[in-house]
Amino acid sequence: MKEGFRQAMAWLHTWTGLIFGWLLFAIFLTGTLAYFKEEISHWAKPEVNSHPLDAERSLAMAQRYLEANAGTSSNWLIRLPSEREPALSVGWRDPQGQGRRGFVRKELDAASGAEVQARESRGGDFFYRFHFELQMPYPWGRWLASCCAFVMLLGLVTGIITHKKIFKEFFTFRPGKGQRSWLDGHNAIGVLALPFHLMISYSSLVIFMYMVMPAGILASYGNSGGYFDELFGRDEVPEAAGERVPLVPLPQLYAKVQQQAPGARMGFIQVYNPGDRNARVSLARAAADSVAYKRSANWTFDGTSGALLTQGAPESAAMMTAFTFVGLHMGNFAGPGLRWLYFVFGIAGTAVIGTGLVMWLGKRQLKHAKSAHMPGELRLVEVLNIASMSGLLLGVAAFFWANRLLPPALEGRDGWEIDSFFTLWALALLHAALRPGRRAWGEQLALGALAFGLLPLLNALTTGQGLNHSLAVGDWAMAGFDLTALGTGLFLAWAAGKMLRAPKVVAKRAAKGDKRTALEAQ
Amino acid sequence: MNRKAAGLPLSYRLAVASRCLAACGGGYVLAAQVSVSGALLLPMAQVDAALTGMLLSFVFLLLAFIWCFACSNAWRAWAGVLLPSLALGLVNGLVYWMKTP
Repeated sequence: MKEGFRQAMAWLHTWTGLIFGWLLFAIFLTGTLAYFKEEISHWAKPEVNSHPLDAERSLAMAQRYLEANAGTSSNWLIRLPSEREPALSVGWRDPQGQGRRGFVRKELDAASGAEVQARESRGGDFFYRFHFELQMPYPWGRWLASCCAFVMLLGLVTGIITHKKIFKEFFTFRPGKGQRSWLDGHNAIGVLALPFHLMISYSSLVIFMYMVMPAGILASYGNSGGYFDELFGRDEVPEAAGERVPLVPLPQLYAKVQQQAPGARMGFIQVYNPGDRNARVSLARAAADSVAYKRSANWTFDGTSGALLTQGAPESAAMMTAFTFVGLHMGNFAGPGLRWLYFVFGIAGTAVIGTGLVMWLGKRQLKHAKSAHMPGELRLVEVLNIASMSGLLLGVAAFFWANRLLPPALEGRDGWEIDSFFTLWALALLHAALRPGRRAWGEQLALGALAFGLLPLLNALTTGQGLNHSLAVGDWAMAGFDLTALGTGLFLAWAAGKMLRAPKVVAKRAAKGDKRTALEAQ
Repeated sequence: MNRKAAGLPLSYRLAVASRCLAACGGGYVLAAQVSVSGALLLPMAQVDAALTGMLLSFVFLLLAFIWCFACSNAWRAWAGVLLPSLALGLVNGLVYWMKTP
C-alpha cells in the first residue's frame, strides 16, 4: 500500500469486493426481485382473485370478519386490497397465543369476504426477507446485510477514485476482448446507474441505523423507546376498560379521512381494544402515496364515538431526509414504469458485482494459464463465483418450480419451497466443486435457461393461468412474471451457449500452451 | 500488490491486518462518537439531532476506511481514527456528564 492513493483505493476495492461480493450478489438479486414482491406473491398464490377496488366495502367486510372471529382480541390489523395486492388481509393478536409471535393472519377474498383457500407460500416475501435477513436469526442477518451495504458504498467510492476518468471510460466499450470487455462493462454499468447505486447502499444503512449505530440514541435518550416515540409520534393506547361498547363502523372513519386527505389510499389500519369503551382506531396513509413515510398522514379515532382524536405531527427536515432515503430504497411509491426502472437498476447493481467477481478471477487466472493446475485459492474463488451466481439463479428457479409442483395441501408447504431454494443452491455448489470451471458455468446456466424458460409452460399446465389466459384477461402481474421468466431463460441460454463453446480470446493463448483450455475444448 | 502472494513478508501481512482492524474497530468507534456528538451537541430538537448524528456517522466511517488504507503506515492508520475518537469522546463525555443530573 505504498504505491499511492489510487493504487491503495484499487486494492481496497478489489479485496473488499471479493470477500463480500458473493453475499452482495445474493442481496442485490433477491432485493431486485423484492421490487416485485406483490407480483411474485400473486404468481405464487394464483388462487387469490383480483376484484375492482372498493375500500369502504372491504373495510366493512374486514370488520364483520374480525368481529365474528377475533371479538376478544386486543389488537386488529387490516390491510386493504390495492392495485398490487388483490387480497384483503386481516390479522389479530390471538388471546391464546396462536400464530407467528401470537399474531394470526388471514387473507380474505375482496368480493366475497370469505377466507382465501390459497396454497401456503411465502411468495415474494421470501426474497424480500432474505434480502436483508439472509435467513439468519434476528439480529445477525440484519447486521451482516448492513455490513454488506457499507462495503457496497465503500466499493462505489473506492471504484470512483480508482477510475477517476469515469466519464471518459463510460464511452469506452471494447467488446469481444476478454478481460478488457469485462472491465469496460463493469465500469459502464457502474457509472450508468451510479446515482441509484449510491442511493441504494447509503439508504440501506439509514434503514437500520438505529440498530447498527445506536450510540447517539443511547447517549441522548438512554434507550431506543423514547427515540421511536418522538420519531413516529406514537400515542399512548389506553388500557381496555372492560366495558363492552360496539365498535364504530370503520367505513365511517375512512370517509372522515377522505374528507381530510381526498383520494388518500390507506395502508395499515389498526384497531386497539375492539368492542371496548376504550377502543382506538388508527388509519395510516399507504406508503404508495408518497416517497417518504409521512407520520403526519396518520389519523387516530375514538373507536366508540368515531371522533378524531389526533393526527400525526408534521415532519422535521431531518426526518424528511431520513424517511426519503428509506422511501427511495423501498420504492413503494413507484408506479409500473418506475418500478421496472428500479428492477433494471437492481439488475445493473447485481451485474456490477458479478462482473467484478469474474474479473478478479480472470485477471489472476491469466498468470496461471500456462500451468496445468490452478492454485487452490483461485479454484476456491472460481467455485464460489459459480455457486453464488448461476447457483443462486438455480435456487430461485427451484423455489418457483416447488411452488407449482408441491401438492397444495402439503403440511408446511411454504417451508418446503424455501428448502428447495437452499437445497438446489447447495447442490449447485457441489456441482461447481466437481466440474471444471467453464463446464460448470455452462451446465448450470443451461439448466437455469431450461428452468426459467419452461416456467410459463409449467404455470399454464398446473394452474390454467398461463400467458394465453393472463394476456387475454389483462392480468399483467401474472403475464409480467411469465414473460420475465421467459426473458431470463433466453438470456441464460445465450450465456450458456457462450460458456459451452470454446472461448475465442483464450484460444489464442491456448496455442501458446494452455493444456487446460485445450482439454476442456474437447 | 504485484508481488507474488507467497513472497510477502510477515510484517507486511500483519500491517494489513492491523489496518483492517483499525478501519473496522477504530472506524466504528469514530463513527459512533460522531453520532453521539451529533445527538448531544447539534442545536436542534432532540430527535432531529439524534437522526442527523446517525446520518452523518456513516460518512465518517467511510472516511475512516479510506484513511486507514491510504495512509503511509499502520501506526498512522490507528492514530488517524483513535485521536479524533478520543477528542470527540472527551467532549461527549463532558457534555453527557453536564446534561445528566
